[in-house]
Amino acid sequence: MKEHYDVVVIGSGPGGLAAALAAKRAGADDVLIIERDQELGGILLQCIHNGFGVEIFGEDLPGPSYAQRFINEVHDLGIETLLDAMVLEITRERTIYATSAQTGFSKLQAKAIVLAMGCRERTRAQIRIPGMRPSGVYTAGTAQRWVNVEGYMPGKQIVILGSGDIGMIMARRLTFEGAKVERVLEVMPYLSGLSRNYVQCLLDFDIPLQLRHTVKRIIGRERVEAVEAVAVDEQWIPVPGTEAIIPCDTLLLSVGLIPENELSQQAGVRLDPVTGGPFVDEGYHTNIPGIFAAGNVVHVYDLVDWVTEAGFAAGESAARYAMCGAETARIPPIPTTAGENVRYVVPHLVNPERLSQAEVRLQMRVRQPLEQPVWIQVHDRETLVTRRAARYARPGEMVNVTLRERDYDKVRQSKELRVSIVPH
Amino acid sequence: MHETPGSPREPAPSTYDIIIVGAGIVGAMVARYLSRYQLKILWIEKEADICMGASAANSAIVHGGYAVEPGTLKAELNVRGNAMWDQLAEELHFSFERCGTYAVAIGSEEQEALRAEEARARANGVPYQLISGEEMRRREPQISPETSGALFCPVGGVCDPWGATIAAGENAVTNGVTLKRSTAFLDFIWEADTNKPPQIAGIVTDRGEFRARWVINAAGLYADEVMHRAGVREEFTITPRRGEYVVLDRNHFQLDNVLFPMPSRISKGILVTTTVHGNTIVGPNAEEVGDREDAAVTTQGLEEIWEGALKLVPNLDRHAIIAVFAGLRPGSNAPTPDPKIDYHKDFVIEIPESIRGLVNLGGIESPGLTAAPAIALRVIELLKQAGEVLYEKPNWNPIRPGRPVFRHLSHAEQAELVRKDSRYGRVICRCEAVTEGEIVAEIHAPVPADTYDAIKRRTWLGTGRCQGAFDMPRVVELLAQELGLNPLEITKRGGPSKLLARRTKMRD
Ligand SMILES: Cc1cc2nc3c(=O)[nH]c(=O)nc-3n(C[C@H](O)[C@H](O)[C@H](O)COP(=O)(O)OP(=O)(O)OC[C@H]3O[C@@H](n4cnc5c(N)ncnc54)[C@H](O)[C@@H]3O)c2cc1C
Ligand SMILES: Cc1cc2nc3c(=O)[nH]c(=O)nc-3n(C[C@H](O)[C@H](O)[C@H](O)COP(=O)(O)OP(=O)(O)OC[C@H]3O[C@@H](n4cnc5c(N)ncnc54)[C@H](O)[C@@H]3O)c2cc1C
Repeated sequence: MKEHYDVVVIGSGPGGLAAALAAKRAGADDVLIIERDQELGGILLQCIHNGFGVEIFGEDLPGPSYAQRFINEVHDLGIETLLDAMVLEITRERTIYATSAQTGFSKLQAKAIVLAMGCRERTRAQIRIPGMRPSGVYTAGTAQRWVNVEGYMPGKQIVILGSGDIGMIMARRLTFEGAKVERVLEVMPYLSGLSRNYVQCLLDFDIPLQLRHTVKRIIGRERVEAVEAVAVDEQWIPVPGTEAIIPCDTLLLSVGLIPENELSQQAGVRLDPVTGGPFVDEGYHTNIPGIFAAGNVVHVYDLVDWVTEAGFAAGESAARYAMCGAETARIPPIPTTAGENVRYVVPHLVNPERLSQAEVRLQMRVRQPLEQPVWIQVHDRETLVTRRAARYARPGEMVNVTLRERDYDKVRQSKELRVSIVPH
Repeated sequence: MHETPGSPREPAPSTYDIIIVGAGIVGAMVARYLSRYQLKILWIEKEADICMGASAANSAIVHGGYAVEPGTLKAELNVRGNAMWDQLAEELHFSFERCGTYAVAIGSEEQEALRAEEARARANGVPYQLISGEEMRRREPQISPETSGALFCPVGGVCDPWGATIAAGENAVTNGVTLKRSTAFLDFIWEADTNKPPQIAGIVTDRGEFRARWVINAAGLYADEVMHRAGVREEFTITPRRGEYVVLDRNHFQLDNVLFPMPSRISKGILVTTTVHGNTIVGPNAEEVGDREDAAVTTQGLEEIWEGALKLVPNLDRHAIIAVFAGLRPGSNAPTPDPKIDYHKDFVIEIPESIRGLVNLGGIESPGLTAAPAIALRVIELLKQAGEVLYEKPNWNPIRPGRPVFRHLSHAEQAELVRKDSRYGRVICRCEAVTEGEIVAEIHAPVPADTYDAIKRRTWLGTGRCQGAFDMPRVVELLAQELGLNPLEITKRGGPSKLLARRTKMRD
């Protein structure tokens, strides 16, 4: 291992793998991936169901197979990897401190860093579920690791709180394994994950989904014995008389993901309070020169294919930065803003000049579901920059709209790019 | 015991000089200070580990002593205990910071209450400083703009109550105390002759009988049941009073002070305080509950503490919440020994005269953590007064060596540690940067950590943002590997709290 690298990628999920590959292909000589786990692949290694790669490969692959395609290429291109190694700290000057049981403690210097640490799951306390604190309350991702990687069942009779994708996927997986999944409770009036997961993982297995329901209380001192479910009104206030005690030994939580940015904060990377991830431009450059970010560390994706795409973009810009230093933009970057019915937009800044080389995909989440044809539109004040139609817009599914070369003139003259999602 | 050669006999139950019942901070301090003497000591705990009662879920404040009623045992032992913490932390290597504490008056209405705090501080001989609202706002910019003044107590501090209890317990064990966990006191055994006041001869537990001349009641929430078994203080009752808390992530919210509001009639009020780990905690409320095991958190309780806390620090953000928990105070109805003092919630610390062989502790609620070392010294004084001659061990070791805590080290020290033992290079808990080396060291420590929660209390693993979501499978694997167990046998907190149900079909 060297002490100096052109590009160091932190994390080896699909975002990190793509960033490393793109950086190498763009001409960076010394590229290193640092991964905490013993193997490359990130969360994909525990996602043994299929549904990956439809956008990028036109094939429906299980998570580990999807990852393997990139891992093979990482090895073919001679990208260095440091496994079983956790990055403890990064500085503004791009010094990296990492520790590993295999290679010891190391201090590295990078010309550019790509943050690809992924995300973590929200936990019980973050949604403040009352009651006792017995064993048997797990996040869906912990259960996924136990079942798919370690080969253990966390319980036999299960209630799932939250209709996130990991929860729904685990409902099916645990059913395959002979557990009884009693029901899925969702506090919102709509699904928080993908509709396809609702159909394939709940409906097909007769697992009831109760919208506008939550867990009022966890019962059991040593191990979960039951949960008390309750319906809630628009203000999330429990509706008296709707309580039901559901006997179970396990409560799984699938109540959202949060980008993992403690390292980023140490280096002074500015975070968007809505996404929980860094402010980035269309090349995934953060506010700190030479520090880039891609994947779930920026905002939570629902399709891995888009993570890979973001990783490619981030890796390419990181390589350019490592080789040529900071570019001076002739036209100042244009800020994107969340307009009507949009929660946030990533990237936060767009350099118009980039449109002469590549398309820029604006990614966002809708606030309220619209079950009818919609416009996803980009405005600069009153001027329409671009728009596209979609059949519906749902909070559980990320929405895109693409800026193309033909939009260059309009974008260049814009003060802001305001994105809104409205009925047709 | 005298053995007659040749005559077959029942195996004698193990015989000790002293049995301590209960392994919270009080039992641990008593065990540690008594381990100094040439005594055969058995220390029992009904739970799977030490420090699972009130000592595990409290505000972690080493109180200065201005908040307690003058003339009470609570006041005396609070002040005496407070003075012992620097040396304790130094000898036992746990986290303690004498950072000072503030009792804050909001608005002019609370000025009177502030003067009452001052009067108590003076009466209890506690050092303090009165500061203006303006000065308070300067020292803690996040405090309410309505702050009208505060009492600063420079001797107050914060500690790691898990660390203190476990370190003291470990020190006791390495000095010869026998600890039996998962062993519950059920009843006393009495000497046969009934002429004199009855003499305790030992105890019955769910793991058999043990003989001893003295039994020390340090059973916390169950102290009343233990003393009633001895026929002592039939009128004494414990009413559990639950206190709920929320923990805020230090990466999202930071506050460097210990802030108390003006007290209410039943508690010290809802405080907003830093901890030795840098996370802020908010709480507790005070609610009487019927069940001594009901450490549940409630929606109403969490709302109550949140509202209370906003009075002190208006800019608290709910998004920063990473954990919620509750503790149970063993509230008592014991009058202060001095009849001139009209106070009926005092500690009980006595050797009752109606029987022989019981050291009776009860109602050790706040400031019980602070007072615990002083309570231990008082127990020793009482034993001496009762005619017990205590000989010091020539080789007593007051030092419980600290073990490396990876996150407390500089990068250079971390590098050195990883070079010596590569297991310190593998981080298992990413939020608190707890390494495999630290976990393995705790599994094989003098008071071994053999459950998930036991590891958590010793290393603070799983207490951060992800609350164990990433580390739990790894910890279960390590526990199983190091203890030679099947992962299916690993529990969260002992007993039936198993973490896993069975193997998956494909691994069967
Ligand atoms: C539990 C879970 C289950 C999921 N299941 C699905 C699913 O079934 N289907 C789906 O489409 N999407 C799923 N997702 C979403 C999925 O994570 C993303 O679509 C995609 O994997 C994100 O890729 P990434 O590269 O951004 O992050 P990840 O795949 O999470 O990779 C991040 C990597 O960074 C490493 N890392 C983090 N911090 C450090 C550090 N300090 N030092 C070194 N390494 C570090 C981690 O070990 C990890 O390997 C899941 C997410 C989670 C959290
Ligand atoms: C919400 C709250 C906040 C507090 N804040 C503070 C503070 O900031 N500062 C402060 O100084 N004090 C504080 N206190 C008080 C302090 O926590 C207690 O006074 C102290 O922990 C009591 O210690 P203990 O050892 O007596 O009790 P515990 O820690 O409860 O230990 C008693 C032990 O006895 C065991 N036991 C019971 N029955 C049996 C049996 N039959 N057989 C065997 N074992 C048995 C129990 O399992 C338990 O482990 C607070 C308390 C609470 C609840």
